[in-house]
Amino acid sequence: MKFTLSWLKDHLDTTASLAEIVETLTKIGLEVEAVDDPAEKLKDFVVAYVIDAKQHPNADRLRVCMVDAGTGAPVQVVCGAPNARTGMKSVFSPPGTYIPSKKITLGKGVIRGVESNGMLCSAAELELSNDHDGIIELPEDAPVGVRYTDYAGLGEPVIDINLTPNRADATGVHGIARDLAAAGLGKLKERPIKPAQGAFPCPVGIKLDFVAEDAHLAPAFALRAVRGVRNGPSPEWMQKRLKAIGLRPINALVDITNYVTFDRGRPLHVFDAKKVNGQLVVRRARAGEDVLALDGKTYRLDEANVVIADDNGVESIAGVMGGEHSGCDENTTEVLIESALWDPINIARTGRGLGINTDARYRFERGVDPAFCIPGAELATHLVIELCGGESSELIVAGAVPQPNKTIEFPWSEVKRLTGLDLETSKMAATLEKLGFLVATDPADSGRAHVRVPSWRADVEGKADLVEEIVRIEGVDNVASTPLQRLEASVPKAILTLLQKRVRLARRALASRGLIEAVTWSFISKDRAELFGGGKPELALANPIAADLSDMRPSLLPGLLASAQRNADRGFGDAALFEVGQIFRGDGENDQRMSAAAVRRGTAKPTGAGRHWSGRETPVDVFDVKADVLSLLAAMGVPTGGLQLVSGGPAWFHPGRSGTLQFGPKNIVGHFGELHPKALETLDVAGPLAAFEIILDEIPAPKAKPTKVKPKLELSELMPLDRDFAFVVDQSIKAADIVKAAQAAERNLITGINVFDVYQGVGIPDGKKSVALAVTLQPREKTLTDIEIDAITTKIVAEVTKKTGAILRG
Amino acid sequence: MTDLAALESETLAAVAAASDEAALENVRVAALGKKGSISALLATLGKMSPDERKSAGAAINALKDRATAAIGERRALLKDAALTARLAAESVDVTLPVRDAPFETGRIHPISQVMDELTAIFADMGFSIAEGPDVESDDYNFTKLNFPSGHPAREMHDTFFFNPGPNGERKLLRTHTSPVQVRTVLSKTPPIRVICPGRTYRCDSDQTHTPMFHQVEGLVIDKTAHLGHLKWILEEFCKAFFEVPSVKMRFRPSFFPFTEPSMEVDIQCRRSGGEIRFGEGDDWLEILGCGMVHANVLRNCGVDPDEYQGFAWGMGIDRIAMLKYGMPDLRPFFEADVRWLSHYGFRPLDLPSLAGGLSG
Repeated sequence: MKFTLSWLKDHLDTTASLAEIVETLTKIGLEVEAVDDPAEKLKDFVVAYVIDAKQHPNADRLRVCMVDAGTGAPVQVVCGAPNARTGMKSVFSPPGTYIPSKKITLGKGVIRGVESNGMLCSAAELELSNDHDGIIELPEDAPVGVRYTDYAGLGEPVIDINLTPNRADATGVHGIARDLAAAGLGKLKERPIKPAQGAFPCPVGIKLDFVAEDAHLAPAFALRAVRGVRNGPSPEWMQKRLKAIGLRPINALVDITNYVTFDRGRPLHVFDAKKVNGQLVVRRARAGEDVLALDGKTYRLDEANVVIADDNGVESIAGVMGGEHSGCDENTTEVLIESALWDPINIARTGRGLGINTDARYRFERGVDPAFCIPGAELATHLVIELCGGESSELIVAGAVPQPNKTIEFPWSEVKRLTGLDLETSKMAATLEKLGFLVATDPADSGRAHVRVPSWRADVEGKADLVEEIVRIEGVDNVASTPLQRLEASVPKAILTLLQKRVRLARRALASRGLIEAVTWSFISKDRAELFGGGKPELALANPIAADLSDMRPSLLPGLLASAQRNADRGFGDAALFEVGQIFRGDGENDQRMSAAAVRRGTAKPTGAGRHWSGRETPVDVFDVKADVLSLLAAMGVPTGGLQLVSGGPAWFHPGRSGTLQFGPKNIVGHFGELHPKALETLDVAGPLAAFEIILDEIPAPKAKPTKVKPKLELSELMPLDRDFAFVVDQSIKAADIVKAAQAAERNLITGINVFDVYQGVGIPDGKKSVALAVTLQPREKTLTDIEIDAITTKIVAEVTKKTGAILRG
Repeated sequence: MTDLAALESETLAAVAAASDEAALENVRVAALGKKGSISALLATLGKMSPDERKSAGAAINALKDRATAAIGERRALLKDAALTARLAAESVDVTLPVRDAPFETGRIHPISQVMDELTAIFADMGFSIAEGPDVESDDYNFTKLNFPSGHPAREMHDTFFFNPGPNGERKLLRTHTSPVQVRTVLSKTPPIRVICPGRTYRCDSDQTHTPMFHQVEGLVIDKTAHLGHLKWILEEFCKAFFEVPSVKMRFRPSFFPFTEPSMEVDIQCRRSGGEIRFGEGDDWLEILGCGMVHANVLRNCGVDPDEYQGFAWGMGIDRIAMLKYGMPDLRPFFEADVRWLSHYGFRPLDLPSLAGGLSG
């Protein structure tokens, strides 16, 4: 919402400065987004006379001008404009002038050996137009030395307000003036609008053609004809204001509708009465009806839109934009003025559906003041007669103007309750009254008032709205900061849930392993979602912002893999990335999971990436990510007693180089491994790549314990001893099964088993491998004898042989 | 006795000539071993008369002592020399580079870091952390928050929608974290003090907007919480978060459907170059929206607005991260460029705490 200072002063009797007005507007909730003050911006530009313009001695395209800028002695200026010539008048800026279009402050200069003390300016340099072709040419009578802005009448500051959607009343200058007056910045000028005379019956009738349940779409429609008008350009004062706020003057009749729209927040429409055929019918559009609108575009309408039609068809899209056919032009001699009320939601929907943004829609979708429907028509009539002559018909009104009669029971204590601000009742009442509320103290209770809401404040619904009105005018700055006491006078308690703690620990743990945290989009392309087990229809966006951001991710891996590839494409192939974030299994509120995942690419191993003198460079592999995921579980303090590791994983992993982590077959918590070459091909990414993903929600919670005491530490006085075994087994036998079998042989004394060698090759038959274990025995009560040790050794060998078919290597 | 003198000089010469410990041991065996030359002389003492034995014994034993001492000295010398040689042989080029420790190269994303900072501040103020799903119902995202259907305020949210399900309900991606407030008030009895950090979505993408971003909201509901408390919390938060001794804030009346009165809050700052400093300067920067929870929202969540009252505020986590740490653009937050993450990310052990300082 834009307006000029003088326009505001039409409605507000004030001595406040522009700065005060701007500050107050923001303070009371009409946030000033920008103030464009050409007088301030262009204050150094003056009218000047070119006494003499000669060819520059050293440059074909330049002239050396002697300029009289009203400062006494002529000033020498080098000018490149083709139109610079002796005897002309133009606009001059002395050194020190800020040139808005160039964002520079002008200095003295020497151009090709000739001194230049200022500049003759083009309109573009003053940001007044796009005209770069030459310097501004002024008439002969332009007064030399006078500020150009004063001469050209550019002195009007334009204020631009960023209006919140609730403030329909501030879509007109009058409403803004009312707010400022309430805030103490002057007095609102209220001019009663007298009804125009009705010299003849309105020649065109109106019919509101709606079924009963649609009556709200057009509650009231006022129409009046003015005949004998001469429609030319509107007067200069009106054009200036319209131009200042960015509107293009068209002709007097159209300009009047735009003027009243901004002056009063009251959109109007004018029809050329001669072009209207039959009576005007207000109705829902029929599917497939077309209208050529005033913007020169043809719109295809449907039943959701409300139109004003006549026997020719649709003449106007109600409340949004008029039609070209019945529009007013220089030949219009009889005009029909429309002032109507429309349903805000319907207007919003129509405007959105058709993609039309107009000043009318902006106001109707916020809800215009119903009580100003008829005064608006009268005001427009007066302006038409004043500017275009003619005589007015009777005003006809179809439907009925609603009479809002909302009264709020308001305990004055509400202000203190909600804001802490302690104000005199009389002050609060005065504020409300200045804003147009009618305040009647409850006769039975002086602490309460019946507050009637003015017709232009449909947004005010309850007590809190009145509190806001009072506080915003009083100034939120006057609300004192008040410490919020703790609920309990104690040391703050722990507040994080188990999952919240795990998420935090997971991030720190993974970063401590050299992984870099990424945050990738929650949505990915459909084919990627499908590849990773997602792509359900209920998780596909109806209006994705891009085709590759269309489906909610079922896994963090597609995003991380694509990120790793992008980094590789930039020359950073050894990326080690992780993310801890949400994944989606369905659209139910319990279908979201918190996942932790990591991707290692190239040689980005936990020990470091790239070549190093200390060892051979090797690509990332399944064991790197296995180590990542197990250390993550350890960092989160997950009890791993029940954790099972099963070979293989989902389809996107290498079937022989991946594993699944589970707490029982029905509680799979995650996977790790190298990626399946086919998955990489589909994703269009290149390895070596290894990854893991684990669902933090699925990891069992630790058992609750009554105290924080750790179990008692049992230390043996006796030395532990190691015995080594090398078993030859089939290649398919899992090391974990050998270890498990060995452990089972002697549960009490074996305290550790370490796989210290795996060997295939010379000395081992084809299809077999040698797996070497170091078994640690911890004697409990007494030192073990050789016989006892031999017995245990024999038991271990027997058990491993029985379970795995192993042969002890000789 | 010349025999003895000759033996002594011969033995001492051999000791001096021994070039390593093994050679010296040979000399020792040859002189003092069981069959050694000096040992052989000592063996002759038994056959001597007591007088002879007395004089010869003393001489031979003195010879033995001198030989033993010489060997001992020589051994110490040779041992030192051998150690020196070994150490010389063992020396390495310590200027060779070592691998970076993993926690030197690992990074925490600025969003996670800022969430941890928020947690540290608000946990101390007695707030807990509430979370909710990203896929939300229209009811929780809009209706319960007092967005009338068809109201222009809904349109301002550029909502991502899903296709309607079999029951006709159309889910959406939450456009703000406010539905978590709804969930909290529905499920808990006041007093309530929570912050709700999370991922939010709007169908918007340009220099300063990404279709996904992060918000944190705060909510206080009890029987006395008012605007003055809200101002205090926000002032304390800004000082703590930006780690400045004072901040100046400007509360501008504004509009949000779910609060009444509503305000937008600007923070005073000075901008110079790419840097923003708070607590000084004469520029204003909008950082958050807030207000008293709308009576309709409380009613919609089953709370009597005449008995309970409260306030809420919300701000962009990505935005406050940019303001505090100086990232110039929002878009790279979600591009996973390791150069950006390594530069703007945080070391894994930089754990924000009030005791140690949020940013160390």
